[in-house]
Amino acid sequence: MTQAATPVRPRASSPAVGARRRVVVILVAVVAIMASVVLSLAFGSRPVTIEQITQGLGAWLHGVTPRDIGAIAVQQRIPRTVLAIVAGAALALSGALMQAVTRNPIADPGILGVNTGAALFVVCGIAFFGISTPFEFLGLALVGAILVAVLVYFVGSVGAGGATPIKLALAGAATTAALSSLVAAILLPRADLMNQVRFWQVGGVGGANWATMAAITPVLVVAAALALAHGPALNALALGDDVAVGLGVHVGRTRIVAAACGVTLCAAVTSVAGPIGFVGLMVPHVVRLLAGTDQRWLLPVSALGGAVLLTLADTIGRVVGYPSEVEAGVVTAFLGAPVLVVIARRTRIRAL
Amino acid sequence: MTATIRDFARGTATTTPIEQVYVGRRRRRRRRVIAIAALGTATALLAAAMLMLGGTIYSPSEVLRVIAGQNVPGASFTVGVLRLPRTVTGLLAGVAFGVAGTTFQRMLRNPLASPDVIGISSGASAAAILSLVVLGWDQTPTMLFALMAGILTAGAIYLAARGGESAGGRLVLIGIGIGAMLESVVSYLLLRANQWDLLTAARWLSGSLNGASWDQAGPLGVAVVVLLPVVIALSRDLSVLELGDASATALGVRVGRVRLTLVLSAVALACFATATTGPIAFVAFLAGPIATRITGAGGSPVLPAALTGGCLVLAADLLGQYAFDTRFPVGVITGILGAPYLLYLLIRTSRRGGSS
Amino acid sequence: MTAQHVLCSDALSAGYGGTRIIDSVDLEVPAGRISVIVGANASGKSTLVKTLARLIAPQSGSVILDGVRIDRIPTKELARTLGLLPQQPVAPEGIVVADLVGRGRHPHQRMFRSWTAADDAAVAEALAATGVADLADRALDELSGGQRQRVWIAMALAQQTDVLLLDEPTTFLDLAHQLEVLDLLTDLNRRRGTTIVMVLHDINLAARYADHLFAVRAGRLVAQGNPHDVVTRELIAEVFQLDAMVVPDPVSGAPLVLPRGRHHVRPAVGRKGGSLEPATGS
Repeated sequence: MTQAATPVRPRASSPAVGARRRVVVILVAVVAIMASVVLSLAFGSRPVTIEQITQGLGAWLHGVTPRDIGAIAVQQRIPRTVLAIVAGAALALSGALMQAVTRNPIADPGILGVNTGAALFVVCGIAFFGISTPFEFLGLALVGAILVAVLVYFVGSVGAGGATPIKLALAGAATTAALSSLVAAILLPRADLMNQVRFWQVGGVGGANWATMAAITPVLVVAAALALAHGPALNALALGDDVAVGLGVHVGRTRIVAAACGVTLCAAVTSVAGPIGFVGLMVPHVVRLLAGTDQRWLLPVSALGGAVLLTLADTIGRVVGYPSEVEAGVVTAFLGAPVLVVIARRTRIRAL
Repeated sequence: MTATIRDFARGTATTTPIEQVYVGRRRRRRRRVIAIAALGTATALLAAAMLMLGGTIYSPSEVLRVIAGQNVPGASFTVGVLRLPRTVTGLLAGVAFGVAGTTFQRMLRNPLASPDVIGISSGASAAAILSLVVLGWDQTPTMLFALMAGILTAGAIYLAARGGESAGGRLVLIGIGIGAMLESVVSYLLLRANQWDLLTAARWLSGSLNGASWDQAGPLGVAVVVLLPVVIALSRDLSVLELGDASATALGVRVGRVRLTLVLSAVALACFATATTGPIAFVAFLAGPIATRITGAGGSPVLPAALTGGCLVLAADLLGQYAFDTRFPVGVITGILGAPYLLYLLIRTSRRGGSS
Repeated sequence: MTAQHVLCSDALSAGYGGTRIIDSVDLEVPAGRISVIVGANASGKSTLVKTLARLIAPQSGSVILDGVRIDRIPTKELARTLGLLPQQPVAPEGIVVADLVGRGRHPHQRMFRSWTAADDAAVAEALAATGVADLADRALDELSGGQRQRVWIAMALAQQTDVLLLDEPTTFLDLAHQLEVLDLLTDLNRRRGTTIVMVLHDINLAARYADHLFAVRAGRLVAQGNPHDVVTRELIAEVFQLDAMVVPDPVSGAPLVLPRGRHHVRPAVGRKGGSLEPATGS
């Protein structure tokens, strides 16, 4: 009865999670990825058998086209499955990084307005500069995403208290609203462009192709490696800037590198898959429950979790939307909003 | 008493605290009254301009005769059937957005927390697009559907955020999350829309007074007439609620009840307006702060914000119709005008540390 | 002199959610006096004052004003008798001091009755009493922390209640401003007979300024009465888990608590005080 006076802190650092448990979590994640890959290959507008999956995969590995139509369908699902794994991992890692850097539980590329930034730049590129090649799209989307993320983060973190969840969320939402008006102003007199551009407003992996994936892979690998290397420093950062300095961490450098990696990962994914929200928000929260708050584990396990989530979201979208499909970005939004509600209810807003 | 005070105002009397309080209050009140009168005049002038300007320019007397119900060749149709409903709808929507916005901002004690930013009216948008693009419904059923969906969404957000301390902060976070979710529905629907529907939908989404008719202005008018007095009657409680729940309770405000009434009224106003014209960007967000700038802090923000909202919509619609080569819907203009102000406000609020 | 009101609690328990923070508290606030609630961190003292001010609904038991349960009294009527200054009040941006203090008049106003001369008088009196009359037309944002706190007290005064509850009115103030605020509240009590109940963190300031102390530990009222009777070595050990000496304050004569700690204790002091054993502890 009397201990009740001590308030419960929902975000208190979790008790030490044993190494064995972490190994189990990683094993489960790997198995889950494999299972989701099988599901992703199996479901779609044409259901296939296990046999056809192995046939299609085998033929793909040997660089030949199988004769069986089901196996062909499987082969066509390979690029999008790969993209879902890569994009999901990158988005979740990006979210985990941003949450670590901002010490803010709702930092997510979608909330930071990254998507609208990418869309605006692509729209401007099409409307005013007549860009048409995938690489121009990619570059512009990357630049737009980064600029807007930086702007929103700057605006949301000016002043007392730094980037509190509410300030950041409002800055993102308001900026998104303003940029959407700009997009509308550019598009409304150019009805023909609207068709091209609307694909930039829903994220999905359906349009995956090897060329664009190859283009972003080096970027993703470098950013992810840098991010993982900063795990220990991010652990110190979680205790507050002053403590981190006391522990001998270069706070400014860590923060900039980690934030740059986070934004780059997400912007690169946005440039090939369009805006996919909430993956970066949800996955790190779930992972924290399972694998604890140690960034050295949180970052890689989040990446694995993100891969599972997006692959499943894409598969769900194909099943739900049959015979057409619902883009993965819509599915993740529907999964993510309830998670955000839970986070908002668990977190003590005052303390943030 | 009055003589002493006049002396004091000239600086010829020594100040007693009571005189100082009296004089200071009168001075702020006079500024407020003048500001409200100016806003009212501006609204009237803009409305007159909306009625007179266009392909054919009509004189004030012609416009007045149309309003009085007389038959004026040409003007009766152009003014009576086209421009008058457009003006009235714009004015009503501006008033509704302005009141809804300032109510939320004051109640949540955050100038960024207007219903359009925190996703309160996003349900109305999603429903309207669903109705226009997939169901192929006409304007009136679309409007009713959007209204119901908007109120349901807002109710869901309110329920999800309810309870305990800092419910206001949660409302903002959850609203933005649900808003983002519904936004993805809108994008998904647009992706499936055919070319023609896409254009209609895009227009509606940016907020437009095109196709305004008496059929639409009617329900919105009823909503404003019923709900505006409710909010005005509670505006004194609202100004105490701004001091925080604890102070408000101590000052004898029934916080829960007053807040619920205000939320319901503001949500209904925002949803009626959104359902009628589409989400006219930033009017709800801008009206309150601009009105406070003009009238000064203190005093009830409701009436000034209502007038400012009306002014904003009418002025933006005039700009959108006549200032450019292409005709832009009103919401595009308010969105673009609002963006710089938004950044300024964000940075300034953050500097002051107003985070919750 | 104001009317004397009796505020008391009857088996009062309260908390947040399922947890119980204060437990079966029976107290009666002495009318026309200054009472101070003291206790360690998280002892429930702030929750107690919030429950007395009806910010938190009791889980069981009740708060009673003049023989009537406060949840049965119309809220505006109650607000004319019982005022509260919360720990961290929030002000709208850009508000002018006189307007803010004027909001304290809310319980005295009706929906369609406009501002009266009595309201002006109450605001002016509150401003004068707290020494902020010359700031009346300034924006609150421009003021210093000490000035702001006086403005907030002025708002509570403009409410003209006979009972005033304050939740840590001296937090975030330096020592000089703390004394200033406590002197101000004492003036108010002596001149108007306002019953004051406040939470204070500093046991020594509490002992000096209180007519009556309520000591709270783990949600229960463990002692109450005149500071001379309440502030003893045993009670400090019980309430604050602190080994301390209690001596008469050379300035005021009130009890003064001198914590011992593990270092820097002269053996001579212990002997001279006469009441302390070598610090092996009870």
